[in-house]
Amino acid sequence: MANVSIRDVRKSFGTVSIIKGVDIDIQDGEFVILVGPSGCGKSTLLRMIAGLEDITDGEIRIGPRVVNDVPPKDRDIAMVFQSYALYPHMTVAENMAFSLRLKGLPKAEQAKRVQDAAASLGLTPLLDRYPRQLSGGQRQRVAMGRAIVRDPQVFLFDEPLSNLDAKLRVAMRAEIKELHQRLKTTTVYVTHDQIEAMTMADKIVVMHDGVVEQVGAPLELYDRPANLFVAGFIGSPAMNFIDGRLDASGLVLSSGAVLPLDRTPPVAAGSKLTYGIRPEHLQIAPAGTLGAIPATVAVVEPTGSDTTLIVKAEGGNLTVLLRERCDLRPGEAVALKPVSHQAHLFDEAGRRVATI
Amino acid sequence: MIDWLSPEEWTAVGLSLKVALTAMAASVLPGIAVALILERGRFWGRQVLDVLVHLPLVLPPVVVGYFLLLGFGRRGPIGALLDEQFGIVFSFRWTGAALACAIMGFPLLVRAIRLSIEAVDRKLEDAAGTLGAHPVFVFFAVTLPLILPGILAGMVLSFAKAMGEFGATITFVSNIPGETQTLPSAIYTFTQVPGGEAGALRLTLVSIAVSVAALLASEWMARRVRRRLAA
Repeated sequence: MANVSIRDVRKSFGTVSIIKGVDIDIQDGEFVILVGPSGCGKSTLLRMIAGLEDITDGEIRIGPRVVNDVPPKDRDIAMVFQSYALYPHMTVAENMAFSLRLKGLPKAEQAKRVQDAAASLGLTPLLDRYPRQLSGGQRQRVAMGRAIVRDPQVFLFDEPLSNLDAKLRVAMRAEIKELHQRLKTTTVYVTHDQIEAMTMADKIVVMHDGVVEQVGAPLELYDRPANLFVAGFIGSPAMNFIDGRLDASGLVLSSGAVLPLDRTPPVAAGSKLTYGIRPEHLQIAPAGTLGAIPATVAVVEPTGSDTTLIVKAEGGNLTVLLRERCDLRPGEAVALKPVSHQAHLFDEAGRRVATI
Repeated sequence: MIDWLSPEEWTAVGLSLKVALTAMAASVLPGIAVALILERGRFWGRQVLDVLVHLPLVLPPVVVGYFLLLGFGRRGPIGALLDEQFGIVFSFRWTGAALACAIMGFPLLVRAIRLSIEAVDRKLEDAAGTLGAHPVFVFFAVTLPLILPGILAGMVLSFAKAMGEFGATITFVSNIPGETQTLPSAIYTFTQVPGGEAGALRLTLVSIAVSVAALLASEWMARRVRRRLAA
């Protein structure tokens, strides 16, 4: 096991800059998830850790060793790919023994280690099958097994669950997390799915456009997003944003309507701000309630466990997430009361300046 | 069965098979190498190599044969060198016919292998690297088995092309019975003499039979390999 340190790493393809100076510290045994929209550079960064892409500038260390010029085979890592990358001409057992065969381990030792890993992943009855005879979830497990038997310093996962259906994804999520708790191997995991990131990570690195937007524990990112991008990216349904200008009475929207603020934020009056509030932090109050945002119900989406409302208000559509069931009808007038200490204010550059 | 063809005809059939098999066998390794270079290589002059490899496909075969005559003839620069240094002679020998056939079939062989290399999921090779495999091992353990269907298809195309090659062969090594007279040359010769129609027809049937057999064999092999490699 090892820590991984990424220092001012950059990557360009010709004149196009993909990674623009990234610093990340990954502790020994930590489960770190790189998350971001497609094209943010997260997969490229992972491939750079694996040694599958050159590092244009900066430094990557695995343990104490700088690996910039170390070929993938000598980095002591194991990578699991979205497409599984299983060898179609090898059985499950042969696929899993691939790295052991390379190490020149005796056949008996190979078989033992493959069997141990297979047993822990529930693959024992499938060892003689070929990848084409397996379901997506089984293939994913074989890919993981192949990585596990290598017993590497670092596991690298590149969107491993993206090819699975929703139900299987949830099951595999728990399986990978449980696996990490058992093996405690340092893990770097790439996904575009913020739910995966929230549920699995010890630490999340949110990337956007080749830079790191924020690094932190899942709930830290959720409760204290550093900027508008993180605020909008983490959380589903996404945070509501209302643009306005600060004034003594509150936030003045472009329509002239005023959103009253509980407390005066530490920002100069007259500055342009974006008000952000999560859907579950808006409470429904009777229409006309003082200090609440007047709105009209547009869509009601019951999911069984909770209810999502889309409402029309000054400043645009807002999403409201209710934990309880409700009998609101589209067209009904309501008022929305923000839960105090849960609304964020972002300045013009997108930085969070206050939480009120 | 033996009487069905005259001894001369049997000679032509045997020679054709020998020439075609030799041409195919000799071009497989260079074919794989060139396909890899063209598909994966990033270097100056790749385009030039691409054009050179494909020229026999578009040039009149007679022109290729004439080039071979100029280059590999006894007095040609390469031919003279090979003769002096190694005692290898191509002109007017069956080996020359094999050389002409190999060059004519080479673009077909390379194209088939290239397509299969293109179809290889690079992630499979990446994964091998991250699992501790040296690139050479990756090639033999992963890439080669995956492109095997393409290699087989290319080999059959090269063989079939060699069985039918006429223009380049006759220009380079002429039409010497027992030495360079392959099936097409023999058929051509039959059509040039009065009363040769029956012989021409017999050899044509042989030619068709060999081609069909080659195609069937390749299909069978490709199916087996595909089934083994199906993802």
